Amino acid sequence: MTDTDTELRVSKIENGTVIDHIAGGQALNVLAILGIDGASGEEVSVGMNVPSDRLGRKDIVKVEGRELSQNEVDVLSLIAPAATINIVRDFDVVEKHRVSRPTEVSGVLSCPNANCISTGDEPVESRFEVLDDGVRCAYCDTIIRESLAAHISVA
Amino acid sequence: MRHDHLISAKQLSRGDIEAVLDRAAEIADDPGAVADARDGALLGLCFFEPSTRTKMSFDTAMKRLGGDTIDMGSVDSSSVKKGESLADTARVIEGYVDAMVLRHPSEGSAKLASEFVDVPIINAGDGAGQHPTQTLLDLYTIRENAGFDDLTVGIMGDLKYGRTVHSLAHALTNFDASQHFISPESLRLPRSVRYDLHEAGAQVREHTEIEDVLETLDVLYVTRIQRERFPDENEYRQVAGEYRIDAELLERAKEDLTVMHPLPRVDEIAPDVDETTHATYFEQAHNGVPVRMALLDEML
Ligand SMILES: [Zn+2]
Repeated sequence: MTDTDTELRVSKIENGTVIDHIAGGQALNVLAILGIDGASGEEVSVGMNVPSDRLGRKDIVKVEGRELSQNEVDVLSLIAPAATINIVRDFDVVEKHRVSRPTEVSGVLSCPNANCISTGDEPVESRFEVLDDGVRCAYCDTIIRESLAAHISVA
Repeated sequence: MRHDHLISAKQLSRGDIEAVLDRAAEIADDPGAVADARDGALLGLCFFEPSTRTKMSFDTAMKRLGGDTIDMGSVDSSSVKKGESLADTARVIEGYVDAMVLRHPSEGSAKLASEFVDVPIINAGDGAGQHPTQTLLDLYTIRENAGFDDLTVGIMGDLKYGRTVHSLAHALTNFDASQHFISPESLRLPRSVRYDLHEAGAQVREHTEIEDVLETLDVLYVTRIQRERFPDENEYRQVAGEYRIDAELLERAKEDLTVMHPLPRVDEIAPDVDETTHATYFEQAHNGVPVRMALLDEML
């Protein structure tokens, strides 16, 4: 079965974004990063653990009526480094690109160090430097390597 | 120094360090020559947690340069108690002073404050993070006693929460030093410090027993293992006892081993070590004044 076949399992969208080649099991974390919890009425299709030539198993997220910002794509790269972003207009893919890792992410992850000043009541966003194999708090230097998604602070 | 703020020992190059230490040595030789060097300058001492020694050391240094200090007082009696953010406190005090010394219980506090103010911030300890001015006086003491070439340094005790250790380890990567870290498993160096040492290409070895490396060391830097790090008093007693240095143990060390400690000590260095030629911790504490004078003279 090809990737194109599996994509058909989730409905086609008219305008919006298809995030493909998400590592299997990460789709819900992708939605969390995008701040999508269903409450604000977005039309979203999710395929989880569908067969993939490239990844073995992959997740797919399709969001109707929304094109992702570069900042959102940057952050996605942390938990879905192999993801491809397809921008769809009038049922056609008009742009297709891989995610690339940013050098820094702000306001997305919260520092796991409870004693870090960025977790207190200060007028700053969290800020993390992106390392080859993780991220590092710009304030307290704490490094997160495993389960980045557990530290996502956006609602 | 090229930096506006001194937040972390990671900022310091070998050149930066040697410039401060050279100036400190000049000042120690002839303190009178700088008696008016910073006449009229005002240093803010912002200590969000108590530290009599570090505060007095900065106070003394500034006054010996002809400047003055203001002290925000104890946290109990300040607006901090009422929930004011550090960012706001720093922005208010910025209007009063030419530079600020900050001691705060949270990691990253000095970095955060530096993002809100233009006057130089000097980190005097941010939680378990960094303590770069302690490192400068530690390095001064090491240079005076052991030199910087082909140095084998042992750093022992609470390496996880010990900010003086984190700063010193970073700074030593500038020199031809091999570093041995001796601690209980539960108090090993944090991942972030190991990451930086690795990136810097430092020679790092970790041990649980001081006996494994004692004989090779030129410097032994001892830190306190804090009781509150252990859930159980017995566990603390057991660990603390194993990381205690006494004169008998030091008979196995090199004759010119330099034993250091950022102080205060509890019982990790027995009083009988004080009488040996190894003991350098009081000299180390005294070095804080000329080193901080040199630093303030450069930064202000
Ligand atoms: Zn942090």
